[in-house]
Amino acid sequence: MSKKFWYSLIAVLMLTALVLSACGGAATQAPAQTQPPAQGGKEVEVFSWWTGGGEAAGLEAMIKVFNAKYPDIKFINAAVAGGAGTNARAVLATRLQSGDPPDSWQGHAGQELIGTYVAGNQIQPLNDLYESEGWLKVMPQTLIPLISQDGKIYSVPVNIHRANVLWYNPKILEDNKIAVPTTIDEWFAAMDKLKAAGVTPLALGEQWTKMHLLETILLGTLGAEKYNGLWNGTTDWGSAEVKTALENFQKAMTYANTDSASLSWQDAAQLVVNGDAAFNVMGDWAEGYFRELGKKPKVDYGWAPVPGSVGVFQFLSDSFVLAVGAPDPEAAVAWLKVAGSKEGQEAFNPVKGSICARTDCDKALFGEYLQSAMDDWASNVVVGSLTHGVVANDSWKSEIDTALGLFVSNGDLAAFQSALVNACKSSGPCK
Amino acid sequence: MFKNKDRYLSFLLVLPSILAVMIFIYGFIGWSIRVSLSQWKGLNPNFAWAGLNNYIELFSDPRFMVDIRNTVIFTVVFVVGCIVVGFFLAVMLDQGLKGEAFFRTLFLFPMAISFIVTGVVWRWLMNPATGSRMSGLNLLFSYLHLDFLINNWHTTPTWGIAAVALAAIWQMSGYTMALYLAGLRSIPLELREAAQIDGASEWQIYRHVILPILTPVTLSALIILGHISLKVFDLIIAMAGKQLALDVPAIYMWQTTFDGLFYARGAAIATLLLISVAVLIIPYMWFTLRSEKQL
Repeated sequence: MSKKFWYSLIAVLMLTALVLSACGGAATQAPAQTQPPAQGGKEVEVFSWWTGGGEAAGLEAMIKVFNAKYPDIKFINAAVAGGAGTNARAVLATRLQSGDPPDSWQGHAGQELIGTYVAGNQIQPLNDLYESEGWLKVMPQTLIPLISQDGKIYSVPVNIHRANVLWYNPKILEDNKIAVPTTIDEWFAAMDKLKAAGVTPLALGEQWTKMHLLETILLGTLGAEKYNGLWNGTTDWGSAEVKTALENFQKAMTYANTDSASLSWQDAAQLVVNGDAAFNVMGDWAEGYFRELGKKPKVDYGWAPVPGSVGVFQFLSDSFVLAVGAPDPEAAVAWLKVAGSKEGQEAFNPVKGSICARTDCDKALFGEYLQSAMDDWASNVVVGSLTHGVVANDSWKSEIDTALGLFVSNGDLAAFQSALVNACKSSGPCK
Repeated sequence: MFKNKDRYLSFLLVLPSILAVMIFIYGFIGWSIRVSLSQWKGLNPNFAWAGLNNYIELFSDPRFMVDIRNTVIFTVVFVVGCIVVGFFLAVMLDQGLKGEAFFRTLFLFPMAISFIVTGVVWRWLMNPATGSRMSGLNLLFSYLHLDFLINNWHTTPTWGIAAVALAAIWQMSGYTMALYLAGLRSIPLELREAAQIDGASEWQIYRHVILPILTPVTLSALIILGHISLKVFDLIIAMAGKQLALDVPAIYMWQTTFDGLFYARGAAIATLLLISVAVLIIPYMWFTLRSEKQL
C-alpha cells in the first residue's frame, strides 16, 4: 500500500469521525448554544409568540421591570412569530421533545396548559411560589381552578382578555336606526335590516376567527352553564340545543363578507371602524388595534357582549410556566415573580391592551374600554374560551377546527355535528 | 478499469456521505414509519403498536379525502399548465425572436422567487373583495369591462385550489421553458430540413419529429413538477392561510402533528406522501438507469 493511500484513509476516517460527532453531539450541544459566555452569570430564556404590536411592547415593558429588579440575570427573549402562537407552539413542542426546554414559556391558561403540558409532565407546580408571594389572595378565585390539577397550581397568569365582544360601528347603527342587539334574534333582525340597506352586516376573517365566532354563538345560544357542560361532558354535543346553536352559526355566516377567507382578524376588524361593515366578533385585543389606528372609543367603535351572552365574561389568559428541567430554575422563578407582581402586570397590561390577572391593579392606568372590562370581570359569570386554549386541550381543539373547516366549505350541518360528537369522544371527556 | 487500490480509495471517499445519508435520510424515514405504526398522541412519545390503524383511519377521514381531491386537481392543473405554457414559450423563443436573452430572463425570473413571495403577491392579485375594496385582477377585469371574469378565485370551495395552481404555473413555467428550449436547441437543423423537403407542414414537423425527440425532456419536467405539486405547502399557506377548502396533505400533516399533537397520524400522512412521490420517481429512475446502460 502506498503512502498516499494511508494519508487518504486517515483523512477519510477523520471526516467520518467529524460527521458522527456532529450527529451525536447535537442533543447535548443545543442547550450550550443558548448559554453563551455566561460564566457564573445567570440567565433566563423566556419563550413566547409576542413579536409584534402591543404584545411585543407589553413584553418589553415587563422585561424592563425584570431588568431593574434582577440586574445580574440576563433575559433572553426567545419569541417566535406567528398569529396566536401556531408556529411558536410547533417550535416549542420540538424543543420539549429534544430535551431542550426554555426556562419559561407563554401558554394560554386552561386546558391548553393542563391537557397538554401537565399531561406531558413538562411543567412544574408553583404552589410554594403562590404562597410566598401572596398570590392566592390577589388572583381571582375563578381563575385558580383553571390552572390547577389535583390541587397543584401550574402557571402564573399575567393578563385577562375577553373573547365574547361584539364590536360595532355606532354611526352605521344610528343611520339605520338599530339598537345594540342583546339577544341572538335581535341580532339577526338587525343584520337583516342592514343587509336590506346594502351594508355588509358582519365582518369575518380567516379560519380561526370563524372558530372564535362559533364559540361565542355556542355561548350566546346555550347560556353559560350548558356551554361549560360542553367541555366537562355534561352537555351532549349531539343534542337538539347544540344543533340550534350550530344553525345560528350557519345563519350568522350568511351575513358575513364573501372574502372572509382572505382576511386576517385585523383586516376584518378594520372593516367595522372604516364603516365597511356593521359588526365584528373578536376578542378585546381588537381594541388595542383600533387605538393603534387612531380611532376613538364610542365614536368610531362601540362594544357590547356578543348577543345572548350578556352578563357572561368569556375569558382567556396568557400565563407563564416553569419548565421541568429548566436550565436555570432560580432565574426562571425570578421571572415568574415579576410576571405575577403588581408592578409587572401594571407595566404590561395597559400597553398590551388587556386587564391584569391580579385584582389589585390601579384602574386609572387603563383606557375607557378596559375599565369597563375590569368591571365586568369582577361582576360577571366567567367562562373559558375554546379558540384560545382555556376549555379544550390541543388535540380536541384541532379536531374541532378540522370539523369546522369542513363545514365552512361543504355546509353539511349533520356531518358537522357528528364530527363534533366524535371529537369529544376521541380527545375530550365524552365516553 | 480501476486498480483494486483505487476502488478502496473511492469507496472510502464516499463513505462519510453514505453514512450521513443512511442516518439522516433512511434512518429517519424508518423512524417516521415506525411512528406511523404507533399510538403516539400527545407530547410524550408512545410507541405502542397500532398496526395499520392510522392509515385505515386516514382513508375514512373526510379531511384527508379533501386533501387527496385537492392534490389531484392541483397536480393536473399545475403540471399540464406548466408544460403547455413552457413549451409554447420555448417554441416562440426558438423562432429567433429579437431580444431573446431579455425574454428568457423575464420568463425565468419568477423561478428565483420563493413560493411564499409568489403566494403573497397572488393573494393580492386574486383578492376576492367586491365593491369599493376591489383590487388586483378583479379590478383590472372591471376596468376592461370583462365582468364575467370577476370571481372569488382561491376562496371558492371546489375549484379554489386550481386558482392556487395558476400562481404556481406563473412561477414554474419559466423553468419548463428553459428545459424545452435546451431540448429544442439540441435538435439538429438537418432533421427539420429533411422533414421540410419531404413536404411536411410546420404542424407535422412538431407532431412527428420534434415532440418525440423531446419526450425525455417532457418526462423530466413531469417528474420535477409532479413531486413539487405533491409536496406543495408554503404557496398555499401564503395564499390561503389555513382554510380547509384548500387543504393538502402536507398542511394536514403539519397541523395535526404540531397543533393537535397527533404524531402517529402525522407520520402516517408523511409516509403516504413519501410513497406517492416514490411511485412517481422510481419508474423514472428505472427508465433513466436503463437508458444509461444502453448508451
